[in-house]
Parts: sequence; C-alpha cells; structure tokens
Amino acid sequence: MIFDLMAYGAFFLTMALTYAIICLGLNVQWGQTGLFNVGIAGFVAIGAYVSALLTTPDAPDRFGGFGMPIVIGWLGGALVTGFATFLVGALTIRLRADYLAIATFGVAVAVQLCVLNLEPVTGGPFGISFIPRPFASLAGNPSLFSALNLAVLVGIVVLLYLALERLARSPWGRVLRAIREDETAALALGKNAVRFRLQAFAIGGAIMGLAGATQAHFIGFIAPDNYMPTLTFQVWAMLIVGGSGNNRGAILGAVVVWGIWAVSASAVSALFPPEQQARAASLQIVMIGAALCAILLLRPRGILGEVRMFHRAKVPAAGDLPANPPANEPVHAEKS
Amino acid sequence: MQTGFSINGSVHSDMPLIEVRGLVKQFGGLRAIDGMSMALKRGEMVGLIGPNGAGKTTMFNLIAGALKPTSGAIRIGDADVSGEGAEQRIGRGVGRTFQIPRPFAEMTVLENVLTGAQGQSGERFWMNFLSTRKVAAEERAAVEKARALLDFVLLAKLQNEPARVLSGGQRKLLELARILMADPDVILLDEPAAGVNPTLLELIIDRVRALNGQGKTILLIEHNMEMVARLCGRVIVMAAGKLLAEGTPAEVSRHPAVVSAYLGGVA
Repeated sequence: MIFDLMAYGAFFLTMALTYAIICLGLNVQWGQTGLFNVGIAGFVAIGAYVSALLTTPDAPDRFGGFGMPIVIGWLGGALVTGFATFLVGALTIRLRADYLAIATFGVAVAVQLCVLNLEPVTGGPFGISFIPRPFASLAGNPSLFSALNLAVLVGIVVLLYLALERLARSPWGRVLRAIREDETAALALGKNAVRFRLQAFAIGGAIMGLAGATQAHFIGFIAPDNYMPTLTFQVWAMLIVGGSGNNRGAILGAVVVWGIWAVSASAVSALFPPEQQARAASLQIVMIGAALCAILLLRPRGILGEVRMFHRAKVPAAGDLPANPPANEPVHAEKS
Repeated sequence: MQTGFSINGSVHSDMPLIEVRGLVKQFGGLRAIDGMSMALKRGEMVGLIGPNGAGKTTMFNLIAGALKPTSGAIRIGDADVSGEGAEQRIGRGVGRTFQIPRPFAEMTVLENVLTGAQGQSGERFWMNFLSTRKVAAEERAAVEKARALLDFVLLAKLQNEPARVLSGGQRKLLELARILMADPDVILLDEPAAGVNPTLLELIIDRVRALNGQGKTILLIEHNMEMVARLCGRVIVMAAGKLLAEGTPAEVSRHPAVVSAYLGGVA
C-alpha cells in the first residue's frame, strides 16, 4: 500500500514538474514581460515532436527516428522551439497584447493541425510511440525507475529555477519588468523594447519546448490530441494560481493545479458509470475554472505573488540601525 | 553628482546642441507642427510656452523621438536624428520626463532609478552567466549612483517602496532621478510643475536650477509662466504649430503677438 502510494506520488510529481517547466517558461513571457501567449500548446508540441524524432529508433514508415541520446533530444527540442518562437515573435511581437494573443493562438492551432496531418513526419493521428524513457534499463525495478525519473525532473526544475531567478534579479530582468510596467518610459530610458520582448519570448518558448520534450519521454508516447488548447488553459491556470511573476509560484501552481486535475479525474471515474465518464471528464475543466475563480477572489496575485526586488538599504548614519547589513547585496522579500 | 558630457567634444561651442529646422508634423488633416524651427545651445535653459493646442507637446515628443516628423530635420550635435526612435535618444545624450509621470509602478523607487543606467552588461542576459563579476561590479556602482541621485531628489528614504505609493510631485522627482542616471547632456522637462504642491515645486525648481548650473542643457515646457520666468533666460513661444516669438521672459510677455495669442486671437 505504502509502496503504491509512493509510486503514485512519484508519478504524480514527475508529471506535475513537467508542467512546472512549461509554467516557468510562461512566467518569463507573461509574468515578467507581459507577453500574452495563448499558444503554449503549440510550442510544447514542437519540443515534444522534435525530441521524439531525434531519439526514437529508425522507423520505416515515417521520417527519422534518428536514435540519438535523450539529452540530445531534449536540447534539440528546446533549441528548435526557441528558434520557432523567435520566428513567431519576430513577426508578432510588435502587436498589442490582445492581437499577440490571437496570433499565438493561431500558431498553436496551425502546429496542432500540422502534426495531425504531416503523417510522413509525425505519424499523424497515431502519433509517435516507443519514445525512449530515461533509465529504461531499470524499468524492471519500478520504484527505483520512477524515483530516478523524478530525480531528473527535480534536477531540471531546480537548475531552471536557479537560472531564471538569476535572470529575474539581473539588470536584464529589471528591463523586462520595466517594459511590462510602462513601455513608453522604458523606451525613453534607451531600452530597445522590441529586442528585450523578443528575447523573453524566445527564452520562454525554448523552456516550453524543453518541457514538451521531457514530457514526451516520460510518457513514452505522443499524439496530436495531447496538444489541444486545454493544455494552454491548464498552464495559464497554474501560473495564475501559483502567482504570476514568481518562479516559485509557477512551480507551486503547477503542482496544485495538476493535483486538482488528478483528484478530479479519480473522482470522475469513481462517481460516474463508465458510459458517462467521457462526458463527465469535462467536469475536470470546471474544477480548474472554479479553483481559478477562488484564487482570483481570495488572492488576486496568486498563492505566492510577485516578489519585489530591492537592495538592502545602506545604513544612513552610524548608530541609526542596530545591525550593519552588507550594502548593495541584492535581497528579496515577500510583498505584503 | 555626475555631469559627464558624452556628445562629441569637437562640436564647436557656439553650434547648437539641438537644432530643429522646418519641422512639420501632420496628424491626418491636422498640421500640429507647421514649419517650426528652434535651437538649443549647450548649457542653456530654455522655456517652450504657448497657448493650449499650440503644438508644444507634439514638438516635445518630436524632439524626444516619440513621434517622427512628417518633414523637416532634427539635429543633435552633428547628427540628423529625424528618423531615429525614442530609444536611441539617450544614446545621443538627450533624456526626457513625462507630463503625467510614468514610473514603473510595481518596481521599487531604487529599481526605477537603476533602470535608467546605460551600458550595463547585465542587460544582455547571457552576461549574467558568463561574466557575473563584471555584472555585479557594475550593479554595485549603479546602486551607489542611484542612491546618490535619490538623495539629490530627497527620495532616499522611499527607495524600497514601490513607485506607486509616491505622490504626483515625488513621481516627477523620481523621473528626474531616473533620467539623470543616464547622464544626459540635455534634459527635456514636460510640465514639471503641473499638479505639484508648492513645497515640492520649490524643490523641483531648485534641483532643475542646480542641474543647469552643472552644465546640463534644459528645455522646459511649462504653463506656469512664473516658473519659466524664474528659471529660463530665453523663452520660445509657439502658436498654431509655428514659432510666434522668442526672447527673454520679460520681452515675450510684452510681445503683442504673444499677448493676443494668449487672449485667443491667434494671428
């Protein structure tokens, strides 16, 4: 029993952490820069398919299967998605927020239709299977296997978190926030808003691609149905629930919302007769929507909310303050 | 305080720092600026005044690069900048403030000022991983300078507050500190007195005068004639998108065309 619970816990967390990666990518785009990307599913799909094509064994009925190591697949997925996002951004980043949303939504629909119909490359509606799983040789020992998979995801999330925190605290992150707050003022201070927004958009896209790639390898099978607008909605809900603008909030939101999703899925299968379950599954989205409303009413900035960056105050005069904090050391504190 | 001049030293000192010739700005059927010419010399403090709708703000936005002229030329130093965008003006040594201040509301007061820093290698994202020491050293220097500027505008105590808590007058001071962080040679001030309480107004006047004393060239758009008269040696009067008069505050306030423009009878 306890082993079952632990195995399920590991599976659940691994899956949630793949969403946490997507969420971290969205946080760069929306939380920090204010870029309204409604095409998340499309960028995740690109990463997943690129990695799958790079790493699966040669398949006679479709393009590739290049049999490369998983790490190459993940890096390739991130880089190709980053580049694709850059191209999309180069065309659309000058658009006002609402138009950018429509444009990215269109891109995601186009990507989904492409993977559905480009059968010689993507396997069409049947998708790609036999995507190699990390530590596949240890699959005989399920608990070790899932623990190692979880460890890999934890490692990726931690590294990504540290890198993104460094960026958020850097002058680069400061310019992103300035552009989000007031682009006209940022321009007057000599900041090339288009260049910064494009960088944030492409970096966020690359992270989403990486997430898609890890997810594909964790599940072992991908199909166009995985990349419907529901995915975009889920990730948005995660970031808003966790706290837009806060990297820890992005991770926490992913775990919480994925938890709601998982709990509601088992509730649906327990409460409804089999013939009604497909329809009842829509209740899951209702649950997420209700959670979203509750958060927006109770904690409009999300569970954690944005962290304000500030530099510890210099001691104004000797004796004014009891302690002598190191001057200029960047620290952060929760917003009250 | 920092006062370094970055504009090419070979420019002759009599040559105008900013020169506008035959500037036209058309908005659909409206000719907001209709062949305006003016010049700013290094170290001057000039007031730009005129009745409502004269085109002052449009003129200001053209000089600041926020609008592009329909025709005519804007020169800074010896460069024609008519086609350049707003984000390139700072590189030319020209900084601006806004009529309605535009602080980065959710960022702290100190962060607002730090954003004005120029040439920070940490603004290239990869440098934050490849050259962390250089980035950190530059950031320390920037923080020190930003704190000195906040002292100058008496906002040091509020440095860790979000900018949204500042009053209207404090926001104007914050914008001043933010633009000073970029060490501009020329500062364009858009109605610094509008909506500011009298005490803070005195502080703003004092600081603007101090900056001019340090050699900054200042162009001031202002409705408050008293402030213009106190600060500016030279006043440019616009009406209907054109130059109406130019001279000392005393001269222009006696000028018959100016008097009639302000009373509504634009020639």
